[in-house]
Amino acid sequence: MNQTFTIPRFRLPGLVAALGVHLPQWPHSLALASALNLAALAGLLPKESLAQMEGRSFLVEVLDAGGQACFACRGGRFRPLLTVPAKPDLSFRANLSAFLQLLARQEDPDTLFFNRELSIVGDTELGLLVKNMLDAIDWPRLPFPGRQA
Amino acid sequence: MQRKVPQLVCPAGSLPALKAAVDHGADAVYLGYRNDTNARNFAGLNFDEKAMREGIRYAQSRRRGVLMAINTFAQPGRFADWQRAVDGAAELGVDAVILADIGLLAYARQRHPELRLHLSVQGSATSYEAVNFVQREFGVQRAVLPRVLTLAQVETVIRNTSVEIEVFAFGSLCVMNEGRCWLSSYATGESPNTVGACSPAKYVQWERSPGQMATRLNGILIDRFGNDEAAGYPTLCKGRFEVGGEVYYALEEPTSLNVLEILPAIADIGVAAIKVEGRQRSPIYVAQVTRTLRAALDELARDRQHFSVKPAWQSELAKLSEGHQVTLGAYNRPWR
Repeated sequence: MNQTFTIPRFRLPGLVAALGVHLPQWPHSLALASALNLAALAGLLPKESLAQMEGRSFLVEVLDAGGQACFACRGGRFRPLLTVPAKPDLSFRANLSAFLQLLARQEDPDTLFFNRELSIVGDTELGLLVKNMLDAIDWPRLPFPGRQA
Repeated sequence: MQRKVPQLVCPAGSLPALKAAVDHGADAVYLGYRNDTNARNFAGLNFDEKAMREGIRYAQSRRRGVLMAINTFAQPGRFADWQRAVDGAAELGVDAVILADIGLLAYARQRHPELRLHLSVQGSATSYEAVNFVQREFGVQRAVLPRVLTLAQVETVIRNTSVEIEVFAFGSLCVMNEGRCWLSSYATGESPNTVGACSPAKYVQWERSPGQMATRLNGILIDRFGNDEAAGYPTLCKGRFEVGGEVYYALEEPTSLNVLEILPAIADIGVAAIKVEGRQRSPIYVAQVTRTLRAALDELARDRQHFSVKPAWQSELAKLSEGHQVTLGAYNRPWR
């Protein structure tokens, strides 16, 4: 209502996914693992939650972009996985717009899940832990459009 | 003249959710410890000591209330854990604790006579006799009514007690046998009363296959959704089962409660506070629901006669709902 900028619900054309799946996937994995490590280093991720993620593998799949990122938590750090395990401990699947809405805290994951825009497969408790860990990050208040003081 | 309207009590499962509630107009927030002393004991949810102190400071410095839910039932041999939770709440200076366990109510009354006590919805008090009993015995000052009463029944309770009455205004519905439900235990051996969670996540499996998704709870098939069907929480009461050769929601359809339509009536009968369900939801859900209900309550306070539900409020709330069905729950039920 009061937001000045909102991420619309969209779907990338099929061609993007068709091309995307043929591109190397390791840059996504590296970028995501690095971002998580930065958050962990900044003390934004509670140690207790990190400990429960130890040794587990995660897959994030952006359906309409044909991209996927796979990483694991080892020794308290997130490391990209170059090959996707046959059965990752936890997989998130959604279109790009849903992921962006989640990241911008514009939509609630449960809302996206009820609406079937986000799929979570694997260890449900681990999924809940990750969701709640990301929700609990108290980001510093920046004058971003869409965020309210 | 501004008319008195019920207080708005909103859920906080994390510090950002608490801030979202306060920033968007909640009069009070409710929260819990990161353990099984409250009925939303989910991995990574709720408050550790540091976040709790920060949250209480944030809310109280803005003159909003903080209510701590310690609303599960003390388990055999572990009463000390629940006592510690109450002691901690008193020490932190919360505005009230929300309790369900009679033994814990007695403890809180005796040990912390100055601590304000609310009876949790899990306390399952549906009559004024029950409400007056907890007032007489433990000095309870507010009771949260289970979501099984019609509006007329809520009014009867209010007319026959001096205890403040809080009712639910928005959020997911279940079979509403609150404080007495053992369905989750039937499938998993664990339930809200015992471990603080209905359908604990470790028993839940979402299975994807082409064209559908299946939900299992401890191996028991609860539901199958086609790709275009809205999903719900993985609870037994919202499952589709085969009964007499037909597959349907045998107990309850996934729905959400939304009282916007009857908000004037809720204020008229003297409800002290309305509550939003959803400590398990994200900060954005809390922000969206809080600002919508705040706008509605402010409108009601400003002009009772011309109050009408704005379509924008309804569409904002409908989007967040489980099962894409919004109802008035028991409030307008024709049978009793």
